[in-house]
Amino acid sequence: MNNYKDTPELKARMNSPLMERIVELKENFYTEAEKYDYAPAGFADAMDNFDRVLELTGSVCDEVIAPNAEAVDREGSHCSGGRVQYSAGTARNLKVMHQAGMSGFGLPRQYGGLNMPVTVFSAVCEMISRADASFQNVWGLQSCADTINEFGSPEQREKYLRMASEGATMSMDLTEPDAGSDLQSVMLKATEDPENGCWRLNGVKRFITNGDSDIHLVLARSEEGTSDGRGLSLFIYDKRDGGVNVRRIEDTMGIHGSPTCELVFNNAKAELCGERRLGLIKYVMSLMNGARLGIATQSVGIQDAAWREAVEYAAERRQFGRPIDTFPAVYQMLAVMKAKIEASRSLLYETSRYVDIYKSLDAIAKTRTLTAEERQESRRYSRLADALTPIAKGMTSEFANQNTYDSIQIHGGSGFMRDYACERLYRDARITSIYEGTTQLQVVAALRYVTGGVYSRFVKDMLVTLPDSAARQAISDMVARLDEMTAHVTDQKETEVNDFCGRRLMESAAYCVMCTLLLRDSVETPGLFDKSLKVFLDYSRSQVDGHYSVVMTWTAQSMDYYRQSLPYSRV
Amino acid sequence: MDKFNIIVLAKQVPDTRQVGKDAMNADGTINRAALPAVFNPEDLNALEQALAIKDRFPGSTVTMLTMGPERAKEIVMEGVYRGADGGYLLTDRLFAGADTLATSYALSTAIRKTGKYDIIIGGRQAIDGDTAQVGPQVAEKLGLNQITYIEEVLDIDSKSVTVKRVITGGVETVKAPLPCVLTVNGSAAPCRPRNAKLLMGRKNYEVPAWTVADVNADPVKCGLSGSPTKVKKIENIVFQAKESKRYGAGDADIAALIEELAVNHIIG
Repeated sequence: MNNYKDTPELKARMNSPLMERIVELKENFYTEAEKYDYAPAGFADAMDNFDRVLELTGSVCDEVIAPNAEAVDREGSHCSGGRVQYSAGTARNLKVMHQAGMSGFGLPRQYGGLNMPVTVFSAVCEMISRADASFQNVWGLQSCADTINEFGSPEQREKYLRMASEGATMSMDLTEPDAGSDLQSVMLKATEDPENGCWRLNGVKRFITNGDSDIHLVLARSEEGTSDGRGLSLFIYDKRDGGVNVRRIEDTMGIHGSPTCELVFNNAKAELCGERRLGLIKYVMSLMNGARLGIATQSVGIQDAAWREAVEYAAERRQFGRPIDTFPAVYQMLAVMKAKIEASRSLLYETSRYVDIYKSLDAIAKTRTLTAEERQESRRYSRLADALTPIAKGMTSEFANQNTYDSIQIHGGSGFMRDYACERLYRDARITSIYEGTTQLQVVAALRYVTGGVYSRFVKDMLVTLPDSAARQAISDMVARLDEMTAHVTDQKETEVNDFCGRRLMESAAYCVMCTLLLRDSVETPGLFDKSLKVFLDYSRSQVDGHYSVVMTWTAQSMDYYRQSLPYSRV
Repeated sequence: MDKFNIIVLAKQVPDTRQVGKDAMNADGTINRAALPAVFNPEDLNALEQALAIKDRFPGSTVTMLTMGPERAKEIVMEGVYRGADGGYLLTDRLFAGADTLATSYALSTAIRKTGKYDIIIGGRQAIDGDTAQVGPQVAEKLGLNQITYIEEVLDIDSKSVTVKRVITGGVETVKAPLPCVLTVNGSAAPCRPRNAKLLMGRKNYEVPAWTVADVNADPVKCGLSGSPTKVKKIENIVFQAKESKRYGAGDADIAALIEELAVNHIIG
């Protein structure tokens, strides 16, 4: 078994027609082949490289990470003397992944990186998450280095990107006790230390994933007297300088291999990354988009693992004299689980591809002026990526919760016992719809694109390029309902109605987008997604119809019942 | 700083861990088509020891050497993808059908041809034959010292190597002058994985193939003609519980056990 070779659905996503453009941009038109033996000389060479690296990842997942997962979950991380010690399995996973040359995965070759596209990184993250979702946090956070690459100084790039390529771990220190979803309230204090030519950080961060990492990106208040996001800047802290201690590791419900830390900054030396005051409004927004895509990969990996556990159990378990997978109640659940995985993948990899195109163009723009067409291309894909990211994160993480729930359900009483992996997957999945922005925040981020008609146009533009079919017609009908719902809500010109119906609108838009992408994928790779497409269409229709029936009768007064359902008055 | 030339002996073997009902042919030979071909597990442990020496002494070289059909060059490539500098495939119809004597002869001629070597290292034994003879025979043919069953190379300098080796009920530390042949036990550190940069950067490496003539070997000592071992029959033995005998710990029982083993020529 190999997480890559046993998943043709993943490989098919790597072969998108858009890859040719992605790779020539990422490779800056194949200009590095002379300088580095591992740089591709052309498109076919690059695709072969991706295939090799993904197969390598698959074998590491199969031989090392997955077999360690249960012990990692049981052991968890340890904290003593202000330092974190990973569980034995996590430490071993990290060592082997570094030996496999997987550090600095997306970073430029000049810093020792592999210069891999985001699309390939997403595939690696998905596979790792399937093997052990907690390890994906520890390993995947290396992508924080992208933020230093984009916004750091040349000296910072030289120092920190090289460290990341040599296996340094990373974390992003954003959350504080009173600043969770609302990061504008961050209070950790940054003060200039002109004598030593650095900054000093003081305060507390909470819920920091992989919080004892080698390189921290820290959001801190650099502008005294401010209280909003414009007073925040981003800093880089090098653990070797000292000054940050782990007060404790949270006793979490899941992802035990990934230490969730409370950090105390005591006059810690730090460097400013980029410009002052842009910490939250520019850099963290960029960082968060990458992190949200990362959670989408984690969610897909968990969904897939949960489905495989369920399939295996349902095929073996016999009741009433036959395998339980022959009962409609069970095979229906299994089919819906699988359909959710494929719809999630279609959305995840489409988003990844868009990110690749605009980020590669951004990188090229640092070396030469882009042409007018390239600028337009960059804008187009950047906007699409921003629109697809919140629905990718929101929907895939909700599906991860649903699939792990169903996986346990299919296991029956056995699934409630800790003997089966589905129980761990269920606990690991739960955080995906919370961290890096709750589903409710993804709805907020997506809503402006819903009301602006972005998803609707996206779907219609893609549908006209696809051959006529019953599925295409069904999606057209669905998107017509989305338009009706959107118009009904926006016509009321009430922000609270907008927000109240936000989840229903966002989900309806997401189902339209996912069905369209899955249809497109089934056209591009005949035979592989037909069944999942049909099942997902059924599922989506039932969801969108449900939302439609509620939203279309919605008025500002409808919310009263909900407000009044609180056991106290909030007027 | 010292640099070492290390030759890793490795074999492509049928994966006997995957034995199914069609693993054997009717004539008692192995049905190679039914089993995936893999890197002999203990040779991977040996490769790790070689690569660890190279890590410690940059500038050292690790050279893979294997014998087999064309497809066995996968073994050399596997080594290269994990960090070896290169390697050779010994392949020739005349090498076919070799037992351990003919194999060690062929390998020793190839090792001589590679020129300078400080350490020759391989797995203790291959999972398809379980003889553990090839390493020691290579040492004999090259007139070198050998240390078998090693678990870790502890220290190495320009003149000698110190290793930890497994013995019954424990380990011992042994030192030998270079050049030296080492065979590695499966309890040694597992081999590192393939490396992404090498997988991409070295995929076009052409494995040099050497014939009997290339290594100046005597054709008569190679392959089937150089192999005194003749397999008459292979039987699948399944012990039944009723065939076993129990002996206690008393002197009389132990004497009876020794006698029985001697009568069957298992000892003595």
